[in-house]
Order: sequence, then C-alpha cells, then structure tokens
Amino acid sequence: MPILGILASSTPVAAGSFESIATVTVGSGGAANVEFTSIPNTYTHLQIRAFGRTDLNASGANTGTYAIMRFNGETTNTNYSIHRLQGDGSSASAYGATSTNFFERFAKANDTASIFGTIIFDILDYANTNKYKTVRQFGGVDFNGSGVVVLISSLWQSTSAITSIKFTAESSANYVQYSHFALYGIKSA
Amino acid sequence: MPTTYEPIATTTLSSAQSSVTFSSISGSYTDLRIAIQARSTAAGNGRESFRIRFNGDTNSNYSATWIVGNGTSAGSNRNSSQTYAYAMFQESNSTSTAFGMNTLDIMNYSNATTYKTGLTRSSYNLLGNTEDCSAAHVFLWRSTSAITSIEFSTDASGGLSSGSTFTLYGIKAA
Repeated sequence: MPILGILASSTPVAAGSFESIATVTVGSGGAANVEFTSIPNTYTHLQIRAFGRTDLNASGANTGTYAIMRFNGETTNTNYSIHRLQGDGSSASAYGATSTNFFERFAKANDTASIFGTIIFDILDYANTNKYKTVRQFGGVDFNGSGVVVLISSLWQSTSAITSIKFTAESSANYVQYSHFALYGIKSA
Repeated sequence: MPTTYEPIATTTLSSAQSSVTFSSISGSYTDLRIAIQARSTAAGNGRESFRIRFNGDTNSNYSATWIVGNGTSAGSNRNSSQTYAYAMFQESNSTSTAFGMNTLDIMNYSNATTYKTGLTRSSYNLLGNTEDCSAAHVFLWRSTSAITSIEFSTDASGGLSSGSTFTLYGIKAA
C-alpha cells in the first residue's frame, strides 16, 4: 500500500488504516447537538470531518459562527484552552485563552443561503490515559466577499481516554439540515 | 471493514502541460482530497497560484479567503467573484528539484443541495526567497452541482512542470 498524507497537514498514514467509525447527517428538523458515543479505543488517532451551518440569527451577516466540542460528557469549559491563528481576508491575528472552548468556522442563518463552513479536527493519542489531549483543527468559511480561515490548537486537561465527543453550537443554536459530522479512526502499525 | 480512504486517480507529468484534469469523478465518496506536488514553468522565483475549476465552470462563481506566513510576517487576503479558486505553488526558477506542496479537502462534494466549501494547505520553500510561505485557504464554489471534474492550471503564462504530481483520493463515511 502507498503511504498517504491523510491528516490536515502532515501526518502520514497507510491506506487501509483509516476507517469510518460513525457519521451524523442532520435531518430536516435540525439538531441541537451531534454526539459520538462509545468510541472504541482500538485506534491511535481520530479525525472528524465536519460540514456545518446553524440556525443562529446573530448580528452581522456573512460572519459565520463557531462550534463547541466537549469530551466524555463534560458540560463546562473549565478543562479546555485554545490558541488560534486566523485570517479574515484583511489581516492575520492570534488569540489564546484558558477555560475556553470553540472551533471555527461554520455558517449561520443570516449568512448567504446554501453556504456551509467546514472543519477538520485531528485528535492524536485519544485513548491514552497518561496524557492530556491536544486537538488540532483547520477550518473556515467563505461568503464571496467575506470569510475566515482558522487554525486552532486546543488542550483538554484530562488523562481520560476519549470515549464520547459532543458538538453543540454557539448560543445554543441548532445545526441545520445537511450539516454533517464524520468520525474516522486511524490505526498505527 | 470497507476501505474508507482510497486513491481514485493519479497524474504525474512526464512533460510540461497547461493543465491537469480529473474527470468522471464518482459520487460514491463523502469527501475528496487531492495531494499535489507541483511547480510552474513560468520564469520567476516566487509563488504562483493554481487555478482550480470544477465541472468546467468558467463563470465568476469562485471566492477564497487565506492566511499566509513567509518567515517574517503573517497576513491575510481574499478574492471574490473569480473565475477560479486557487492555491499556491511555486515557480520554475527556484531550485530545480523543489516543488510546492498542496493538499485540498472538498467536503460533501457530491451533494446537489449546498454550495461547495473546501480547504487547502500550501507550502513551499525556495531556500530563503522572500516569497517562501506556508498558507491556508478556504474557498467557495457557488454551485449546488455535484463535483464531477476538477481542473488545475496556473495563473501565470507558464504551465505545469514535468514531474508535478496530482493524486485524487476519495474518503467514504459510514
């Protein structure tokens, strides 16, 4: 088998070691959250490939919205921190914060119709019980005249193996129809 | 366990060409990924851009936002209502064996309901040239058509150099 460059930037993975674990495609009624549960520990890394839009009607058209991703049933951001590198079409900027948890960027209700944002998440060594978990994400949305592209690293301060992942939306909005979250497992030799 | 990540097609140029096209792309995957190593035949010593078109669409339906770092500073820019989407690669007067690298991810490419959004990562190094860079793009194709073909060309006068490689992969969700 050839060696393939699979992850969002650089990690090489052999073909056949990248497996689909579960997929959620939001139906016509929308969804307040998307959750993957009972994630097996038989892989080395996880990748989530998401395509999203929410029903949030916030000020500022064509600015997009963020997603929240929490592990193992946690309901607060206490154990999360992020660093973000962002380009908004005018300038590059950086941001960092503790007790903070967001990933970017999807589209929202008062953005141009039919546009969805997309995010690729990589979670390395997710089943390890001796390390805190680091998430790398690459995402963005473009609205033909505005848009954002984002690189984020996020830390979850827990040594627990990740067994569930839950996505919610900014301001408790709902993910709309056709939003799509696909979870993949990557095995090492 | 079914294969979820598989090569669909590969093109390695044995001589310079003006463009590379993947056509008759099956709709049976969830996402597409294209891995590229390429350089341009154009004279110069810096970065150029791929023109990326879907389904032969030459109308002004493409736009992009990107961030780029060149070793000294970081910046961001965008375009709108273009006749192609783009990602960066490198020109021919640079070190002859140096090729730029690009990866493109196109999500939900075969759905016939939404516009198509994709992500690219680009990097190349000309050994100290001021246009060396690492870049990330998000691009939009304002069409609800399923993507069935992808064409790569260059925005400069030159074409794509011999040795440039383009590999299309399909990623299939459960």
